[in-house]
Amino acid sequence: MHARNAPSEKAAETTPSWPEEIFAILQRFDVRQVPYVPDAGHSQLIERVLGASSMRAVPLTTEEEGVALLAGAWAGGQRGVLLMQSSGVGNCVNMFSLTQIFRFPFLTIVTMRGEWGEFNPWQVPMGSTTAGVFELSGIKVLRASRPNEVREVVEAAAGQAYNACTPTAVLLSQRLIGAKVFTK
Amino acid sequence: MSKANLLERRSVVSALLAGRKDAIAVGGLGASTYDIAAAGDHDRNFYLWGAMGGAVMIGLGIALAQPKLPIVVITGDGEMLMGIGSLATVGLQKPRNLTIIVLDNEVYGETGGQASHTAVNTDLVGVAKACGIVDARTLATMAEIEAFTPAMQDVTGGPRFASIKIDSANLERVLASRDGSYIVTRIRGALGFAPI
Repeated sequence: MHARNAPSEKAAETTPSWPEEIFAILQRFDVRQVPYVPDAGHSQLIERVLGASSMRAVPLTTEEEGVALLAGAWAGGQRGVLLMQSSGVGNCVNMFSLTQIFRFPFLTIVTMRGEWGEFNPWQVPMGSTTAGVFELSGIKVLRASRPNEVREVVEAAAGQAYNACTPTAVLLSQRLIGAKVFTK
Repeated sequence: MSKANLLERRSVVSALLAGRKDAIAVGGLGASTYDIAAAGDHDRNFYLWGAMGGAVMIGLGIALAQPKLPIVVITGDGEMLMGIGSLATVGLQKPRNLTIIVLDNEVYGETGGQASHTAVNTDLVGVAKACGIVDARTLATMAEIEAFTPAMQDVTGGPRFASIKIDSANLERVLASRDGSYIVTRIRGALGFAPI
């Protein structure tokens, strides 16, 4: 089962509006390449990207591919954003060096696991170290935990990433997305 | 694997890049970057000194951003093995303007010549084909390489993959710039993009 238990708002259980707000921000910043490893929390945004003629969705086999892809995209004149789950952040560690070496406008949006009502203990270690891994890698961390703060957080992140070439990660809290429900 | 008739890497890369025109060349970490530098510094050379396993994905990012430009990634077997999944990603995206060249000496030359998987069990051309890169081949002679190079300019027929078995001699390093900001800003400048 891939159902999510959206905790705070019943109306948002089907289609929350914040993924649409993220998509609009990415469009406004002229984001063209969107590498991703799927996560249920990103599914609505990924659907929008797949349907957007101005964006190239690039499914990856592992998240570090996306860091390298975005470095190439920047060399070729395009902006991108990497979508992944917290467990994928650890897969990227050495490739994160590119964000400092090239000082390119790196933006990633990360759906969190292992921090809020998590059922699966295997998600907890990486979820607990996600922010620390980014910070140790020289990447600024911003976090959104409630639906009404997603837009301003993602706007700020995109602004500093693309305008100031400051590598930035947005963490979308598990509290925002809802804990994954495991049923037999 | 047969050790007969192995090619010399600098001659191979010089031949590959001799008619490069506007092509962007990405060199994987290690000797491939030195080979590209030895063929002549160029404002469209993308030298990697780290990020092992990332060369093909960097090439893909450029290829998607610049679909009318030929993009060639030249890397080694060890670097390719570390980013082996990126062949599946390229096979899915099918960038028509991307060529991937693996200089396969079957060893990790930078670290003491330890055997790589290609020395024993791994057929990179087979992997590329199985990932959906239809034009995947081995180039075994300088004549085959020279016959292949015009295809690298064709931005409608990729993605292409070629494995070239080279000898494992450790050549004198030809040091390219290792300043990443400079390298990327120079390429962007050559493509008409100003610094921020």
